[in-house]
Amino acid sequence: MLHEPAKPVKKDPAGPYKQRLGIWMFLLYALFYAGFVAINLLNPEVMGTIVFAGLNLATVYGFALIIAALIEALIYNAMCHKKETELEEKPEGKA
Amino acid sequence: MAIIVFIAFVVLVVGLSFYLGRKAKSSSGYYAAGGRIHWGVNGIAFAGDYLSAASFLGICGLIATVGYDGFLYSIGYLAGWVVALFVVAEPLKKLGKYTFTDAVDANYNSRGIKLTAAISTLIVSLCYLIPQMVGAGVLVEPLLGIPHAWGVIMVGVIVITIVATAGMASTTYVQFLKGGLLIIFSTILVWTVMNRGLSTQPDQGGKVPFYQYAQVPASITDGKIQSDELEILEQVEVSSGLTFVLANYQGQENWWHAIETDDTLMLQESQSVAIKPEGKWINGAPESETNKLRQVGNLEQIRGEKQVETGSLSMVNFLASITDKNTTVRTWKNSSFNDAAGDKVTVYYSSDVPGDRYMRPGLKFKVEGTLLERLDFFSLMLALFLGTAALPHILIRYYTVPSPASARKSTIVAIGAIGFFYILTLFMGLGAIANGVMNPADSNMAAPLLARSFGELLFAIISAIAFATVLGTVSGLIVAASGAVAHDLFDRYLQIKMDDRQKVTAGKISAFVIGGIAIILGILFKGMNVSFLVGLAFAVAASANLPAIVMLLFWKKTTARGIAASIIVGIVVSLGLIAFSPELYSLYGLNPLEAPVPISNPGLISIPLSFITLVVVSLLTQKKGTRVLSTPN
Repeated sequence: MLHEPAKPVKKDPAGPYKQRLGIWMFLLYALFYAGFVAINLLNPEVMGTIVFAGLNLATVYGFALIIAALIEALIYNAMCHKKETELEEKPEGKA
Repeated sequence: MAIIVFIAFVVLVVGLSFYLGRKAKSSSGYYAAGGRIHWGVNGIAFAGDYLSAASFLGICGLIATVGYDGFLYSIGYLAGWVVALFVVAEPLKKLGKYTFTDAVDANYNSRGIKLTAAISTLIVSLCYLIPQMVGAGVLVEPLLGIPHAWGVIMVGVIVITIVATAGMASTTYVQFLKGGLLIIFSTILVWTVMNRGLSTQPDQGGKVPFYQYAQVPASITDGKIQSDELEILEQVEVSSGLTFVLANYQGQENWWHAIETDDTLMLQESQSVAIKPEGKWINGAPESETNKLRQVGNLEQIRGEKQVETGSLSMVNFLASITDKNTTVRTWKNSSFNDAAGDKVTVYYSSDVPGDRYMRPGLKFKVEGTLLERLDFFSLMLALFLGTAALPHILIRYYTVPSPASARKSTIVAIGAIGFFYILTLFMGLGAIANGVMNPADSNMAAPLLARSFGELLFAIISAIAFATVLGTVSGLIVAASGAVAHDLFDRYLQIKMDDRQKVTAGKISAFVIGGIAIILGILFKGMNVSFLVGLAFAVAASANLPAIVMLLFWKKTTARGIAASIIVGIVVSLGLIAFSPELYSLYGLNPLEAPVPISNPGLISIPLSFITLVVVSLLTQKKGTRVLSTPN
C-alpha cells in the first residue's frame, strides 16, 4: 500500500547539479549557524537583548536556526525535483 | 494505570516485531528492511531513531536545570540534519547496501577500510548505547518501582527480542510508531503547560502543596556561623563561597545553605541525603514511603511580582514571562561531602537565577569564561553540527528506502518532525522547572514528571512513549552494531563463507552479544546526564566517520589508506581526550581539576586531526590505494 518496490540505483543525470546545490545550501546554513556560535563566543551578552515580543536574541536565533533548516530543505527538494523532472524529459540534456 | 499502559506498549511493540519477523528472512530484509520502506514512514522513523532518550529525557532535564544551555543541544542536533541532507543523503544511498562500511568501501574494496569502519561503527554505536540504557534505567525505576539495574536489564532483553526477531523491518515500524506518538503527546503536554500558565507557588494542579523553604538571618564570628533561630550543630565549607551548616530546626536536623551577600548572611533551608550505617536518611529522618526528596523548582518572582498566577498563556507570552529581567527562576544544585561522623552527605540547595540570565547561554557552558571554557563550547557545537551525518544507526536508514530521491525526501520529513519536537523541548524543560516537578537528584525525569503533574494517564502515556523511545533507538543501534560485526567483519573482512540464512543468524547472534554489553555499560554509567553522554557519542562519530564520508565524496585524491588512517585517528584521539577529560575524572571519583585534558568536548581537536590525517596519508599513498570505481553521480 505505502511501499514502493526496491529499485536498483541507476545513473542520476541530475547528480552533479544536486551536489553543487547541496554544497551551496550547506554553506549558507553553516554561515548562519557560525553566526550563532560566534555571537555566543565573542559577545554573549548580546544574546540577552530583547528583539521581539519580549523574547531575547538567543531564543529568536535558536528558533530561526531550526525553522531555517526546514525552509532550506524544502527549497532544496523543490529545486532537485525540478531538475530531475527536467532531465527525465530531456535525457540527453546536461545537468 | 502507568503499569498497564506501559505493559500494553511493550506487548504491542514486541508483537509487531514477531509479525514483521516473518518477512525478514533474507539479509536484505534483516539489515535494510528490503529497501522498500516509504519515504514518509522512513522520515518519521528517522525522527524515532534520532529523538532518543537524550532528546526527550536529557534535553528537557538540562533545560530545566541550566536554562537555555540545554536548548543548545536541540539547536545543534537539528542543525546536524542539514549536513545529512545537503551532503550525505543521496550519495550514501547510491554507494551503500546495508552498512556505513559498505558506503565508505564502495569505491575501494579495501580490507583496511572494512576493518576500521566496522570497528568505528561498533564503538560509536556503543558510545550512543550507553546513554540510552542509562535513560532506560532512570525511567523504569519510578515507573515500575524496580532498581535501576533491573530496568536496564529489562530494556536490554526486550530490545534483543525486537532486533533478533525482525532486524531493520521491526526497528523501522517501532521507530515510526514511537516517533509519531512522541511528537503528538509532547504537543499535548506543551498545550497543557500553556493552559496552566505560570505561578510563583506551583502546586501541580492542587495535587502537591507548594513547599516554602525557610530562610533565617545569621551572623559570622571568627569564621563560625551563628543564628538566633537555629541550633547550629556542625559547619562544613565545601569550597570557597560554598558553606553548609547542620542545624536543628523545629525538632529536625537538616543541612542549611549559607548565602552571603555584601552585608548580610542568610541561611536557606535545603534538602539532604545522608548515607548512614543504618541506611539512607532524607532531610534528617530515615527514608520511607512518606519521607522522600521533595520535588523542586519554581519561579520566585514573575515580572517582579512575588505571589502571582498568570493563568493560561500563549507560547510567546510564556517564554517572555520567564525571560523578563524581573523574573527569578529557582533552580537547584547539589554538593557532596563527608560530615563529622564520616557519613557521605549530599545537599540539594536552591540557587536563584534572574530570568534574563536563565534564558541565554552561560549557566552550563561558560561562554563568558576563560578561553578554554569558550573553546569547549565551540567544540561541542562543532561536534553536534557534524556528528549527525556520521552516526551509523542514522546512515543505515538510507538503505531502507527504494531510491536516492526517497532518501532525500525522508530526510526532509525528518527535519520537519525533529525540528518541531526540538522547539517543544524548550517549553517542556521550562514547564518542568516552573511547575515544581523536578527530582533534585536526577534531572533526566523532567518531562515524565511534568506529565504526572497533569494526571496519571498522561504520565503513563508519556512514560511508555519515553520507554518506547529508548527501545526504538537501542534497536536501531543494535542493528547497526550487529551489521558491523556480522556483515562487515565476518562476511566481508574475514570472508567467512555463509549463505543468506546464516548471515541473518550471524546478525542475530551479534545482536545478543552487543545487547549484553549495552546492559553492562548502562548499569556502570548510572547517574550521568544522558544528553551529555550523547554529545560525546556525536564527537566520536564526527571525528571517526565524517572526514571519510566527506572526503571520499568531494576529494578525488582520497585513498583507502587515507580513509582507514583517518578513522583510526578519529577514534583514538576522540576517545583518548574523553577518557582524560574533567567530566570523566568526576565519574572515576577523581578531582576534575586534575584532569590532563582541560576540555570535556573533544571535537575541536579530533575532527580537524582526522581530516588532516586523511589528506596527508592519501597524498603519501597515491599509487597504493587507487579507486576501483568513480564517485557515483
